[in-house]
Amino acid sequence: MNTPTDLKYTASHEWIKPEADGTVTIGITDHAQEALGDIVFLELPAAGRVLKAGEACAVVESVKAASDIYAPVSGEIVDSNTAATDAPESVNVGPYATWLFRIKPSNPAELDALLDAAAYAASL
Amino acid sequence: MPQRTLRTPLYSAHLAAGGRMVDFAGWEMPIHYGSQIEEHHAVRRHAGMFDVSHMCAIDLVGADATAYLRRLLANDVARLATPGKALYSCLLNDDGGIIDDLIVYFFTPTRYRLVVNAGTAEKDLAWLRTHLAGFAVELTPRREGETALAMIAVQGPEARERFCTAVPAARGAAMALIPFQAAEWQGEKGDWMIARTGYTGEDGFEISLPASEATTLWQALLAVGVKPCGLGARDTLRLEAGMNLYGQDMDERISPYEAGLRWTVDLKDVARDFIGKSALARRRLTHQFHGLLLLERGVLRAHQHVFTPHGEGEVTSGTFSPTLNQSIALARLPADIAPGSEVGVEIRDKRLKARVVKPVFVRHGISLL
Repeated sequence: MNTPTDLKYTASHEWIKPEADGTVTIGITDHAQEALGDIVFLELPAAGRVLKAGEACAVVESVKAASDIYAPVSGEIVDSNTAATDAPESVNVGPYATWLFRIKPSNPAELDALLDAAAYAASL
Repeated sequence: MPQRTLRTPLYSAHLAAGGRMVDFAGWEMPIHYGSQIEEHHAVRRHAGMFDVSHMCAIDLVGADATAYLRRLLANDVARLATPGKALYSCLLNDDGGIIDDLIVYFFTPTRYRLVVNAGTAEKDLAWLRTHLAGFAVELTPRREGETALAMIAVQGPEARERFCTAVPAARGAAMALIPFQAAEWQGEKGDWMIARTGYTGEDGFEISLPASEATTLWQALLAVGVKPCGLGARDTLRLEAGMNLYGQDMDERISPYEAGLRWTVDLKDVARDFIGKSALARRRLTHQFHGLLLLERGVLRAHQHVFTPHGEGEVTSGTFSPTLNQSIALARLPADIAPGSEVGVEIRDKRLKARVVKPVFVRHGISLL
């Protein structure tokens, strides 16, 4: 299973990439896409939505089932990936290349609580 | 005590093919072998195969076999005259509710075979045995022990030709079959039954054979390019074909009339008294079975609420259709709704638009919308 070391992770299988401008980019892990199977539909949060860490804010549907995606940190949605909504299968092809949404964290300290690659890989 | 998980004779073959195994009605079965959508397309465009050995064949032999089945089944086996002819039927309880749906194969008036669902087989057998009194009939389930059968479904526009390439000696028997007909054929280690039936909306065969020959047939089919397909593709294929799944689209509370199966209830012989008949005549119908086509982006799933001007209904099976690239469903809706109507389906916090359609979406690779 592919788990890049430059990313942070949650136990609920989101990956988090801290950006230079202070925002974080979020997607789902290789393990998650593999477990879900062929992804056919994405519902992503609209920019401006304010979220608490752990809040369900997006839905990934595969041929099998619908799964919630949770906000890894609190903050405001600044962008979501419409290219991914138009081609949901891209999440299967490149789970780390296909980001889902970006958050501007309201409490950056929450980032420290996220898992590193080794801890996430060990949790699988 | 943990429940025993059952494995079919093809378990190792699934692992070798990269099958992702899941529990299905107590059986460890492949959900897919990598991509469910690719497997789906393989069946619509070329040929795929499914291990359906978890289903249970039950042989019926005896002087009263015909009379017994005319009493037990809602469809009428008396209409079967050609050896090998098959009939789809419901097995009803006294209230007209569906105990199971099955295929019955006729060989002679004293010899039949039923093929029933995996999860319901024990319940069906108990019911069938309860009603044996007074009939000279012997029942033999063929799922376990020395006479156990394996079953492989080969489906798709190229399925029949590829099967005959894989098993050249069976070509004559297999190619002579018309749809919904089976032939018995002598294999290496025992009797095979080759049936021109399926659960995908495509042409093909369902082959029952001695468990000890299953892996050899599987390998031979692999060698001629038949793609292994899991339960996931089996579900999207049957849904596109508008075929019901027991336990999901119907159960013991639902009659054939509320599951789109009125055509399987044969009332022509007014003298025939089958179990559930009088209850069916008394049942008031509030709901009917329809197809739904989602007009917005999203995925229809079982148990979603459907809102119509005539009242509420429920999605019984829903999925994303790989052939139509759109979400489709089977649903039980208020009886007054007509095909063509627009309804609302509650998906999470939204109400999305769907159109009521006939519950057959795809046949022989072609969209029927």
